[in-house]
Amino acid sequence: MTVTPKFSPEAVSNTLKTFIQRLLLSEFFIFYLCVALFVALTPFIPVIASPYNLSNLFSNTWPLFAVAIGQTFVLIIAGIDLSQGAIISFTSVIGASLIATKVDPAVFGQSPIWGKLLFEDGAILAHTPLGVPIALLTMILVGLLIGFLNGAIIAYARIPAFMVTLVTQMFFASLAIYFVKSENIINLPKSFTSIGADSGLLSIPLVMTVVLAVVAHFVLSRTVFGRWLYSIGTNLRAAVVSGVPERKVIILTYMFSGFCAAFASIIYSSRMEMGRPTLGAPFLLDIVGGAVIGGSSLAGGKGKVIWTFFGVLFLALLGNALSLLNVPFFWIEIVKGSVILAAALIDVTRTRILQYHV
Amino acid sequence: MDDFILQFFGINKSFFGVKVLKNVNIEIRRGHVVGLIGENGAGKSTLMNILGGVVPFDSGKLLLDGQEYAPRNPAEAAQAGIAFIHQELNLFNNLSIAENFFISGFPKWGKTPLIDRKRIRLAAQEFLAQVDLNISPDMTVEKLSPGERQLVEVAKALSQDARIIIFDEPTTSLTARETERLFGIIERLKSAGKTIIYISHILRDVLRLADEIVVLRDGEVVKTGPKRAFNIQTMISSMVGRYLGTLYPERTSRPTDEMALEVRHLSKAGIVHDITFSLYKGEILGVFGLMGSGRSELAHILFGLDTHDSGEILVEGNPRNHRTPRKSIQQNMAFVTENRREEGLLMTATVAENMGLVALPRYATPLGGVLRQSLLAESIRNTVSSLRVKVNDAFQNQAKGLSGGNQQKVVLGKWLMNNPSILIVDEPTRGVDVGAKYEIYSIINEIAAKGAAVLFISSEIEELIGVCDRILVMGVGEILGQFSRAEFNRERILQTAFREGGK
Repeated sequence: MTVTPKFSPEAVSNTLKTFIQRLLLSEFFIFYLCVALFVALTPFIPVIASPYNLSNLFSNTWPLFAVAIGQTFVLIIAGIDLSQGAIISFTSVIGASLIATKVDPAVFGQSPIWGKLLFEDGAILAHTPLGVPIALLTMILVGLLIGFLNGAIIAYARIPAFMVTLVTQMFFASLAIYFVKSENIINLPKSFTSIGADSGLLSIPLVMTVVLAVVAHFVLSRTVFGRWLYSIGTNLRAAVVSGVPERKVIILTYMFSGFCAAFASIIYSSRMEMGRPTLGAPFLLDIVGGAVIGGSSLAGGKGKVIWTFFGVLFLALLGNALSLLNVPFFWIEIVKGSVILAAALIDVTRTRILQYHV
Repeated sequence: MDDFILQFFGINKSFFGVKVLKNVNIEIRRGHVVGLIGENGAGKSTLMNILGGVVPFDSGKLLLDGQEYAPRNPAEAAQAGIAFIHQELNLFNNLSIAENFFISGFPKWGKTPLIDRKRIRLAAQEFLAQVDLNISPDMTVEKLSPGERQLVEVAKALSQDARIIIFDEPTTSLTARETERLFGIIERLKSAGKTIIYISHILRDVLRLADEIVVLRDGEVVKTGPKRAFNIQTMISSMVGRYLGTLYPERTSRPTDEMALEVRHLSKAGIVHDITFSLYKGEILGVFGLMGSGRSELAHILFGLDTHDSGEILVEGNPRNHRTPRKSIQQNMAFVTENRREEGLLMTATVAENMGLVALPRYATPLGGVLRQSLLAESIRNTVSSLRVKVNDAFQNQAKGLSGGNQQKVVLGKWLMNNPSILIVDEPTRGVDVGAKYEIYSIINEIAAKGAAVLFISSEIEELIGVCDRILVMGVGEILGQFSRAEFNRERILQTAFREGGK
């Protein structure tokens, strides 16, 4: 047996190869990438590490992460939920139209909900003590309901999720606009807007989202329901034969996805201090992209909450860095798109490596 | 002088070290119909796949028209004039008949990439006429009946100028009239000088059509000769005439007289008809049936994967007619499906994830379904070791990396973890090597010894005789006969399945 010298080119290239393979296969690959990106960019744009920027970066990340958790669940069962953005918009309008303290008749007089929910001296639940909690609950309920609609159609009519959620996306996004005639509902009560108000790094959205993430992680990894999700995504037929109540699980998954969207809508709406009918429209790419960059597979059966966090963080960091570099908006979108493509490529490479090495 | 079109000399073929063809010598005369018979796994398909260029042979010599012939792929075989009409037809259902004919090379308008539609239509019409099909070549294949599709396949073979046409179980999905029509066409092809190889389990048909008959058993030609040297009896006995050694573990327990499952007059239109039987605790009840006999469909209905039109299913004496897999599992039923890959396993999940899947609720808190993970892991470890599943790390390795036998043990294990009292197994040893077969039989034996009732569905008569207490014979969706252990007789069971020689 010959001893290979420690620093022979061969040994180095082998070590490098193993290192790259390990890196690619690591659960934390995207996290390392985030750190690397951050470290690499700091000398060029030192402002990226400023407390103000970090606080802004994370307050953008939390609600996005919350929606992406729901998307992760859906991706695990080999589905997709394109309606999340519309749920964000629709619930934002619904919530605000219950609690706005003052409504301008010149703006909303033509709205179909004028005189029903909206009145000149405030919305129907404005100035009532339980107004805000009821509004929050309603937003969540509406999210759950739209999710139920998605899930039930997918599970019982067996129409592909892509189709069903695309349609509900169009429907509820348009309904949100119709309800308020494209106008933002402003004048929301303080108790609502304070939820998402900037309060440094340790904010209410952070606490809310972390709790949601921990619960979601627990459900995925420690419960029967979680196992059922993965089994449905891996092989639906085998799961059915093994007694998995697939319809129930599919419906609950889309309900959870709707819940997460409404949850994020609360944070977004309170931060922006308005009910905005196009609130969720720009997020779809970031939601699905974040989950996929993290490692969830569009083919189903794969995905973790922590992976999705890394994916969402990476996209947010990238967007933040590019806008600090004064890169125009459309270039940011092009770069994000390329990164998502690269993530899909990495996923394929991972699968290939695993095939040869396990 | 003999005019041989095709000659096999000493052909050998192994798959993964298992010899599936041993020194096969067959000579086929031009313009004859040769019947090829043998049990499942006798090597018929492998032999024909060699001829069709699907798999290469290991050693030996194959002569076509006296020239050496070793097709490297199906296209070469087609070029050489060999057409293979498969059991599952290979037509594109969404394309028209004419398009199917020319799928491997469309005639073009000169040098343009545009298809010359008129030419393919005219050509297709001509070949359809040769098989008496009076339908438009523009019709899509999905609109045709199974019999018409079969004839379209034949016409396609003719359009490709085939000289040797292989039929593999062509009549399984045909009605009696369609079968007659096909036979008429085969006679006509023969008189037009085509050579036919006809493979079928329906011995009467083989006897009627063939000039010569070749019997394969365990990869060897055991008998060959002109039709007059055979009758149904000699065909069956040469197909199955094998001494059973210790391929099967001894039955150590006896069935009880407590009923576990009772089926009364179960029917589903076009699938099963008037099925009545009882299954007792501790019993292994075999169901023998060939492909298309309704055996697997019956199992799907019993487990709730499919519905039935009429009749009753009783589990431990209670009517349980509205079934779903979930309800069946709650009634302690288990179902090892015929199809491991599609219905049995989560191939890309780990062995442990597969093993735990059915019994998960047993290892969870009643409220919220939180898993007791160490308990579950312990139980999975025990099952893996008691079933002797060969896997490095059940919690890391994917199911798809295991051998067929070990995969099947994982499927069995996932059901055993739920302590079933009724176990349905459908072809549990398909694609499993001999050693693992013995282990699987032993596992099933033990389950029965513990008092569970086992319904053992198989198309391998010998394994049923080896492991069962009683055998039901199914055909065309009905139960055609019943044999108790004392009456087990290979030939009589086969006769019943083929409906030969009385009831």
